[in-house]
Amino acid sequence: MNNPLLRGLTQSRYSRRDALRFAGYSAAGLALAACGVQGQKAAAPSPSAVADFWSTRKKNGRVVFANWPEYMPEDQAPLKQFQQATGISYEYKEVIQENAEFFGKSEPQLRAGQPLGYDIIVMTNGLQLGKMIQLGYLTALDHKQLPNFAANAGASYKNPAYDPNNTYTIPYQAGVTGIAYNTKYVDEDITSIQSLFDKKYEGKVGMMADAQEVGNFGMFAVGIDPDKSTQADWEKAAAKLKEQRDQGIVRKYYAQDYIDAVAKGDVWLSQAWSGDVFQRQLAGEPVKFVVPQEGGTIWIDNMAIPKGAANPVDALMLMDFLYKPEIAAELTSYIQYVTPVNGVQQILAGKSDDDSKALAESPLIFPTEADYAKLRPYRTLTNAEEPVYNGLFQTITQG
Amino acid sequence: MRRWTPYWLALPAWLWLAIFLVVPIAAMASVSLTTGNLIDGFTQTFSVSNYSDAIAKYSTQLVRSLVYGGVATVIMLVLGYPVAYWIAFKAGHRKSMFLFLLLLPFFVSFVLRTISWGFLLADDGILFGTLKGWGVLPQDFHVLATTVAVIGGLVYNFLPFMILPIYVALERVDPRVIEASYDLYASRLSTFRRVVLPLSLPGVFAGVLMTFVPATADPINAQVLGGTSNTMIGNIVQTEYLVNNDYPTASAISFTLMAVLLIGIFIYARALGTENVLEAAAR
Repeated sequence: MNNPLLRGLTQSRYSRRDALRFAGYSAAGLALAACGVQGQKAAAPSPSAVADFWSTRKKNGRVVFANWPEYMPEDQAPLKQFQQATGISYEYKEVIQENAEFFGKSEPQLRAGQPLGYDIIVMTNGLQLGKMIQLGYLTALDHKQLPNFAANAGASYKNPAYDPNNTYTIPYQAGVTGIAYNTKYVDEDITSIQSLFDKKYEGKVGMMADAQEVGNFGMFAVGIDPDKSTQADWEKAAAKLKEQRDQGIVRKYYAQDYIDAVAKGDVWLSQAWSGDVFQRQLAGEPVKFVVPQEGGTIWIDNMAIPKGAANPVDALMLMDFLYKPEIAAELTSYIQYVTPVNGVQQILAGKSDDDSKALAESPLIFPTEADYAKLRPYRTLTNAEEPVYNGLFQTITQG
Repeated sequence: MRRWTPYWLALPAWLWLAIFLVVPIAAMASVSLTTGNLIDGFTQTFSVSNYSDAIAKYSTQLVRSLVYGGVATVIMLVLGYPVAYWIAFKAGHRKSMFLFLLLLPFFVSFVLRTISWGFLLADDGILFGTLKGWGVLPQDFHVLATTVAVIGGLVYNFLPFMILPIYVALERVDPRVIEASYDLYASRLSTFRRVVLPLSLPGVFAGVLMTFVPATADPINAQVLGGTSNTMIGNIVQTEYLVNNDYPTASAISFTLMAVLLIGIFIYARALGTENVLEAAAR
């Protein structure tokens, strides 16, 4: 080996080389010994602290709304009306694709005390929203500035278990997780969750990769109410799901792309979110949605103001504006998920076009009391339960 | 003073290395030895068991990734070498056009390219749907959600990174050397085997390095094209980091993967004859 680099390394000509090396080692040592990641656990702020915060904030004339794709009419009419009514200019960004991914990316920024650059974010009532609240990353809302929410929010959307008294969040839309199937391939009426476990659909079933979604359906399949489940129940559900996987029934554990797979026929039936299916039906694709008789999940996407948002007052005004029934009706006719706002059904029923009338009559957009009884919320997991739960179901989805 | 001049001149490079390589790696090493959770914080406990736990839990995915990466790399080499050879020696004045064509798909983003394979290979899509219609393929034939799809995706996505370095190495082969070989009565085959191939080895080494490492760590192909048993180690890192917020485990897996890849590369470099290849690759 007559390589100049090796020659240099093996001959001790330069003491400054040693100095540099020493400096390198000590820096590495210091870094290793440095504390890991500081915990940020925050207690809920006192009402007076909340009042103080809001008394010093003023309307700035602009607001930045971060939302999920296809969650606002393409012409952004509701936002334009907001701008006309209040003179507040808006920026609308479709930057949230997944709760976990969004949280994972935002968390280091929020921990460092940097603003995200968004005044409103939308997150589902799952693990990540719980962490946002626990870590103090959300701004407590001033309900004095939310009169439309107080007047028009549906009873089941006020004071939810995951955010008592709506301290930090108010719902944007809600939706149902059920089963979607392609009628070109499936010639029976799917009614039961057991169809997802039927050998006859081997290799043609899609399940969701999300641990909560897949776990809930495993529990429904073995007759357990996820909301009241224990660790033993999760293990039973996991065993059922593992069997389903090992028998080759599941083709794949999907993220958002399951709906394309159903529409193309790569899978014939799949766990699915209600609104996705309706949007495909409008596009004329042969897909159907059903809430299985054993039960389905209801989830709520919530609006919140992240810590350090530049325009919190403008954000509150927009959040409240979306609780005007006529505005909410416009959102519903495009998004086709479940609206948390009372009065939308009557507005849609009163419209002259057939699409609106059909929406007003759909039990999946306006679930009846009996439907609500079949629907279960996500189980709220404690910090100790979360790794156990995720571990059980991720070994199935990521085996 | 003059003795220090080269060091001052190299300072920007040193800083660049320190800020973008040394600091992140040290931070990651530090985090990989902590324990705790996101809510209560992670504290430094020098817990080496993070590594053994992570390896025990995810050895299947780790081994699977190395196998997929390895198989994909061999396929790329077999496909890529002839292409590079042809462009270097036979393409004449159209060389740059062929190189451009090779790179053309890469003006589209990685993820989109992979998703479009999902579209092309759909069970009843434009390719298989037609073939099934003609009765050439059985009705339940499918490629998506199989190992073949994932390895195929890796090959497709990383192939140019194999071809280009080999092309560069072949391009540099002095034609007079080949002529001399023929003058000495070597056949075409032995000219290739004893002259051209050895001279192109640095390119092969660089190509393998540039494809095996990213292919092994890639999460996208497994996610978009794979099925229930195709999860790769990159997907696991993503889940541990973004979904579970288990930063220590994610860091420990990343380090393990890095170590395994480095060891593999050094063994491979030894086998090919280190000094020549490393020096030539660095040229």
